[in-house]
Amino acid sequence: MSVIKKAACGLAAGVSILCLGGAAAAQEPLKIGMVTTLSGPGGYLGQDIRDAFNLAVEMGGGKLGGTPVQVLVEDDALKPGQGKQIADKFMKTDKVKLLTGIVFSNVALAVVPDVLDNDGIYVSPNAGPSTLAGKECHRNYFVVSWQNDSLHESAGQNANNLGFKKAFILAPNYQAGKDALEGFKRMFKGEIVGEVFTRLDQTDFAAEMAQIRNAKPDVVFQFHPGGAGIAFLRQYQQAGLIESVPMVVPSPSMDAVTLKAVGAPALGLNVSAQWNSDFDNPASKEFVEAFTKKYNRPITYYASQGYDTALAIGAALKATGGKVDNAEAFRTAMLKADFKSVRGNFKFGRNQHPIQDWYSMRVEKDDAGNPVIRTKAKILSDVGDSYAKDCKL
Amino acid sequence: MDEPRTPAVTKDAKPPRWRAWAPYAGLLALVALPFAAQALGQAALTTLATRMVILAIAASALNIALGLGGLVSFGHAAFYGVGAYAVGILTTHGASGAPFLGFIPGSELLGVNLLAAMLASGLVAGAIGALALRTSGVQFIMITLAFAQMLFFFFVALKAYGGDDGVSMRRRNALPGLNMRDDMTFYFVSLAILAVWLGISARLFHSRFGLLLGGIRQSERRMQAIGVSTVRTRWLAFVLSGMGTGLAGGLMAVFGRFVSPDMMHWTQSGELLIMVVLGGAGTIFGPVLGAFALIGLETLLAGWTEHWQVILGPALVLMALTFRGGLARLGRRREGP
Amino acid sequence: MALVLEQVLNGVQLGVMLFLLAAGLTLIFGIMGVINLAHGSLYMVGAYAAAFVAQATGSFLLAIPAGLAAAALVGMAIEYGVVRHLYARDHLDQVLATFGLILFFNQLVVLLFGRQPMFVQIPPALAGAVDLGFFSYPVYRLCIIAVGLATAGALFWLIQRTRLGMLVRAGATHRDMVQALGVDIRLLYTVVFGLGALLAGLAGLMAGPLLSVQVGMGEQILILTFVVVVIGGLGSVTGAFAGALLVGVVDTSLRAFLPGLLRGLMTGSEADALAGGVSAMGVYLLMAIVLLVRPKGLFPAHG
Repeated sequence: MSVIKKAACGLAAGVSILCLGGAAAAQEPLKIGMVTTLSGPGGYLGQDIRDAFNLAVEMGGGKLGGTPVQVLVEDDALKPGQGKQIADKFMKTDKVKLLTGIVFSNVALAVVPDVLDNDGIYVSPNAGPSTLAGKECHRNYFVVSWQNDSLHESAGQNANNLGFKKAFILAPNYQAGKDALEGFKRMFKGEIVGEVFTRLDQTDFAAEMAQIRNAKPDVVFQFHPGGAGIAFLRQYQQAGLIESVPMVVPSPSMDAVTLKAVGAPALGLNVSAQWNSDFDNPASKEFVEAFTKKYNRPITYYASQGYDTALAIGAALKATGGKVDNAEAFRTAMLKADFKSVRGNFKFGRNQHPIQDWYSMRVEKDDAGNPVIRTKAKILSDVGDSYAKDCKL
Repeated sequence: MDEPRTPAVTKDAKPPRWRAWAPYAGLLALVALPFAAQALGQAALTTLATRMVILAIAASALNIALGLGGLVSFGHAAFYGVGAYAVGILTTHGASGAPFLGFIPGSELLGVNLLAAMLASGLVAGAIGALALRTSGVQFIMITLAFAQMLFFFFVALKAYGGDDGVSMRRRNALPGLNMRDDMTFYFVSLAILAVWLGISARLFHSRFGLLLGGIRQSERRMQAIGVSTVRTRWLAFVLSGMGTGLAGGLMAVFGRFVSPDMMHWTQSGELLIMVVLGGAGTIFGPVLGAFALIGLETLLAGWTEHWQVILGPALVLMALTFRGGLARLGRRREGP
Repeated sequence: MALVLEQVLNGVQLGVMLFLLAAGLTLIFGIMGVINLAHGSLYMVGAYAAAFVAQATGSFLLAIPAGLAAAALVGMAIEYGVVRHLYARDHLDQVLATFGLILFFNQLVVLLFGRQPMFVQIPPALAGAVDLGFFSYPVYRLCIIAVGLATAGALFWLIQRTRLGMLVRAGATHRDMVQALGVDIRLLYTVVFGLGALLAGLAGLMAGPLLSVQVGMGEQILILTFVVVVIGGLGSVTGAFAGALLVGVVDTSLRAFLPGLLRGLMTGSEADALAGGVSAMGVYLLMAIVLLVRPKGLFPAHG
């Protein structure tokens, strides 16, 4: 049922430190509103985004780009209506102008237009629905993560690179699932031998396993974020398919948390993502070390996006002197993307979504025999998304 | 056998005098609320209160089936969602100019769209009611849930209107002469609709139809014996109840400029039920109290701790154990065993 | 042909899991007249307790009693602390209270175990697949079917042949008479509630290695369990068994065969989308049809 939760200054342990940091400065801290999902099965996504964002603030001594900030966090419980209410409160009561945090597309689609209509600025650390990437793109709307389709296009390209010719593809029967299959098909050059829409709340995939075996594909592409993905992989292995049919997945189907819950059955999985915890660049190493030290849990790419979002905002604040009142000045500063992304190459395209590189990864055993995600090769360089051309900015 | 024993409008002996004034005081407080919120710099209270008012309409509509008719529906979120989708779809077509299904013209007028929402949810309630009312008791609870789930999955898979992502509207529906973009104006429009709805409910409760329903709830056989068509009376109550819930759903869609299948989720049905039970099933103001109490409690607790559900859960349990008959019956003499 | 057989087996396996949950729910309803929305939470408690012990000790054998005991104890505590006070009330108060319990247990699990799903390993002895002649089938799933059927047998024996079962049957229909004969009906209710919780816990701990042990896992299966109970007839364990198998097989078959059938009639992606939609609604449609033909379910408990 419904839900809101707030970890405002001083209430939740994780946030309290940065509040103190902000208070030390003479300047009134800039408030940043974070609407994110913290309860229910998708709760760990929002938790990672929040914690990594806060980590960036903490590492800056309570500041982003030299500006003291205060992060207000509330849980949308994956309910669009709830998210709207929180954003409204942030903007009207707390006079917040800069918002971020939303994990899921359906919440973003409800909240973002409200924020923009009230002259707010929204910087997305995760959801990048196509509706807001093309004709409806907006000057005050930035996406630091990716446009949703890119996840699946990169997986399609990954399947091509690995030489697969016949794919069996599965996704849940909702909008993001349909987009996933479309995105994969857009890039994949081989034949689709089977296409299945699973149920939104489905956890038993025995029937699908039998269909896959019967269709004899040489690769399976599946998009099942969170718990359903864990169940899918376990059952895939138990059905004895993992040995015979390799799998290509986009990052939401195999993040560090999912991997920990699945364990050995994930070995051999091909993943595509824009970041992984083994990236060999100074920014990424610094982030991984700090996150591990503070939270000591697997680092998902969601966390990296939360961190990058904080850095991107910090870079813009530095250029504007900590001001967000002049949205146009903030925009100019933001679009320069003058920060060291943990991903390496990063810039904004014309629709203010990222232009970045995509990498292929594989789940392998580390020296201790535990499964880890290892980066293998670059699949795509400097790619944006297919909606940018419809954007008139 | 499974008829709820909560009484309809109870004729208590002498209610304390404050009870007679309470509704007026409440109304006054609601009218003053946005001004107070403005003065205190808590403008978001107005939109929170708008949500409460809209949900109060939905809860009050459910109460016609539940409190008056004894029909425990666990599927009212379906009507709430259908009403919202009616508004969402008509508004989309109104904005684009292309007629819905090729012949129904779209509209961006509040009055037209809310009527359409009531009509659509009434039709759906009519169909579901005709089938579901063949069962009773727990089976009725479950069959209404089943139909709501079917509609939920239908809209999740409905790609033409956004599927799981829902439908966003560019602007709020218009009411000539008023600036609906203004949150305070919208609040008063919602409040006026709630007032009209409560007025209609009160008339209904005391009408012949209301008395018949109460009679059927207490003893169906007796009413049949005196020649009342019990099935038709119940069906009519169910449809009216569905229409009111659809009205609330439509209003919520306009308010948020957004509709998604999430509005039809079974937990939404559960929340509406809880509002009615919490406030007092079968009373006129109970569901309103329940809606304000539940949403208020959620917001308050959530502002206090991240793990607010650990508190809200036991609080609900405690209320179930102690408040027999709901908030609206506090201060009344308890009737019966 | 092999595919059809395999899918039927898949349906039976899903049905067996549903039966374990539905049996407890239907007993609790049939005997005490209580709608327990928190039954899914007991399933979650069983899964978490087993996963926790398995992780701490590395032994699946120790995880089994842990999961069962945790679910049963939590179940009896719920009965003693909350549900006991609601027997005489109408269903609305029960819905309100048990809905509150769902919120409480979900958030409690977050507090105790965090938001990340738990890791559960399949017991090594049960990993892999076995060749059944026509096709190979996961050993673990076969085990679930065997355990489920054995439990069903034991439950029928318990209810039909033992003194406890006699009291349970009598308590359902002639509550006052049983009490007048000097039976401690309150204790009986606590025991039955605990038994129902134990079965839910068994389902939960078996589901652990198959699905994902996470917050909210109980609600995903709760609604389907209610469908089973209502189709079978409230209060009837036989009905729960029949309903569970029916729902399991129908649900699995719709998912497995409908896309293929529809693809013969229309283009691929349209067929898949439609099949996805219809199969999601399928079990609810089944329930609606059953109730319209037999308003009290397939095996009504009392006449």
